[in-house]
Amino acid sequence: MPTVRADITLTVNGSLRRLTVDTRTSLLDLLREDLGLTGAKKGCDHGQCGACTVLLDGRRANACLALAVANDGADVVTVEGLADGERLSPVQEAFLEKDAYQCGYCTPGQLCSATGVLREAAHGWPSAATGDVAAEPELDDDEIRERMSGNLCRCGAYVNIVAAVREAAR
Amino acid sequence: MRPFAYERAATAEDALRRHAAGDGAVAYLGGGTNLVDLMRLGVAMPARLVDVARLPYDRIEHRADGGLVIGAAVRNSDLAADLGVRADHPLLSQALLSGASGQIRNQATVGGNLLQRTRCPYFQDISKACNKRDPGSGCPAIEGDHENLAILDHSPECVATHPSDMAVALAALDARVRVRQPDGEDVVPLERLYRSPGDDPSRDTTLAPGDLITGVEVPAPLRMPARYRKVRERASFAFALVSVAAALDVSGGSVRDCRIALGGVAPRPWRAHRAEDALRGRPATPGSFRAAAEAELAAADPLPGNAYKVPLAVNLVAAVLTDLAGEAS
Ligand SMILES: Cc1cc2nc3c(=O)[nH]c(=O)nc-3n(C[C@H](O)[C@H](O)[C@H](O)COP(=O)(O)OP(=O)(O)OC[C@H]3O[C@@H](n4cnc5c(N)ncnc54)[C@H](O)[C@@H]3O)c2cc1C
Ligand code: SF4
Ligand code: FES
Ligand code: FES
Repeated sequence: MPTVRADITLTVNGSLRRLTVDTRTSLLDLLREDLGLTGAKKGCDHGQCGACTVLLDGRRANACLALAVANDGADVVTVEGLADGERLSPVQEAFLEKDAYQCGYCTPGQLCSATGVLREAAHGWPSAATGDVAAEPELDDDEIRERMSGNLCRCGAYVNIVAAVREAAR
Repeated sequence: MRPFAYERAATAEDALRRHAAGDGAVAYLGGGTNLVDLMRLGVAMPARLVDVARLPYDRIEHRADGGLVIGAAVRNSDLAADLGVRADHPLLSQALLSGASGQIRNQATVGGNLLQRTRCPYFQDISKACNKRDPGSGCPAIEGDHENLAILDHSPECVATHPSDMAVALAALDARVRVRQPDGEDVVPLERLYRSPGDDPSRDTTLAPGDLITGVEVPAPLRMPARYRKVRERASFAFALVSVAAALDVSGGSVRDCRIALGGVAPRPWRAHRAEDALRGRPATPGSFRAAAEAELAAADPLPGNAYKVPLAVNLVAAVLTDLAGEAS
């Protein structure tokens, strides 16, 4: 079967993009290869590491498992779109202040994931660390560790990542 | 990855029609968190994807008796966070939250979660034989890496497990699955959605090709202490070695009612009917809990590398029931 192409429209970091994509293209490859947004990283390409995390219609998602064509019409925010011009987002500020990275490879995914975590917590979403799922959870360190567990860090910067997310949550 | 045509279904009928027109090499696409991965690995090679994630089955209906009708396109995270589900069916929230990661739960649908394929390492590696992926080629897991595979309900042809956490809670809750077929709608008890591998492990379920899951019905709330507990190789973001969904109703020191389902032990969420029958009417003591768990696992037929799952499952069931008995009294 020959390559199949499709026309899609995405809003990426606030700008409308019209694109023609091979149906096989993941959202991650589209961002990195076609749009030159290399912030989101390809750590595993199997959903296992979180390095490719972006905000898809406002929610954190693994761009490696999302087909671009299936997300026609979506709003995508990558690490390049977290800051407001020169002003870093609270999560970015907290990562800087708490020294929450070493090599930085996992950091774009950590930043997008943490941004999603704060939104989920603001909506009162529970996690596997929430004792009583019916209650409103408090974002303590156990909660942060559990909620961030989809983002691996080969450098083991976890202690400072937890501190940064805690700081950003205040 | 093989090139494929992509289509968005507008209605259930439209999805079935598009599936039928695809001449076999068609797959429904939910969130894609399992299917896209398997396509990338060369395990799944559809020539056409019919996207069903945007069908209007994206709502959770709360019935007057507290029962639920969960649309197949509801995302795992939305189901876990639903206030009514958390209050009335906490077992379901807990099981969902123990699965995958926050990112994947935001993407995964209820229909896709039920039909996700096994994580058997040979199934996912196209350079290896595997009866499930390539019927008749053999099952290297039996002589090889089967640490995480089944101890119940397997066959000499396949020892894979079903990996879903959500399905284990749904089995304990007596959930039923709504299936749209060419000639109408069927409602299948969750336990009958899955099939034992027997001599045809290529089919995980009793669904026919093209059958579309449209939703899941959950009966009225259990109104008894319930818990999902999952044992895995690391604290989070890993599949279950063994998990249990349990609920216990104690009255006057004896078990009035109970529900027990196990994950990680069989090619399906394993409802522990034998243990439940052994417990009803018995004293709610750690001794009876252990005896009931042992009665269930007496049927286990482990391989050398996964024999550890038998005592693990017994201990886990006994421990969770003991905790629940403490809450009930
Ligand atoms: C790294 C990683 C870790 C994970 N850990 C866990 C875990 O700990 N516990 C757990 O339970 N799961 C885990 N998962 C699996 C995850 O839960 C599933 O991938 C997800 O639930 C599948 O849902 P989906 O909508 O993305 O399905 P898809 O990938 O879109 O589809 C899966 C299958 O279902 C079929 N399908 C989808 N919708 C329908 C429908 N409505 N009717 C008929 N057929 C349909 C598709 O054709 C396909 O065969 C993990 C996944 C990854 C990648
Ligand atoms: S256990 Fe089943 S899925 Fe795994 S290799 Fe054997 S046949 Fe394949
Ligand atoms: S690259 Fe997507 S999760 Fe690893
Ligand atoms: S900082 Fe190096 S991988 Fe996380």
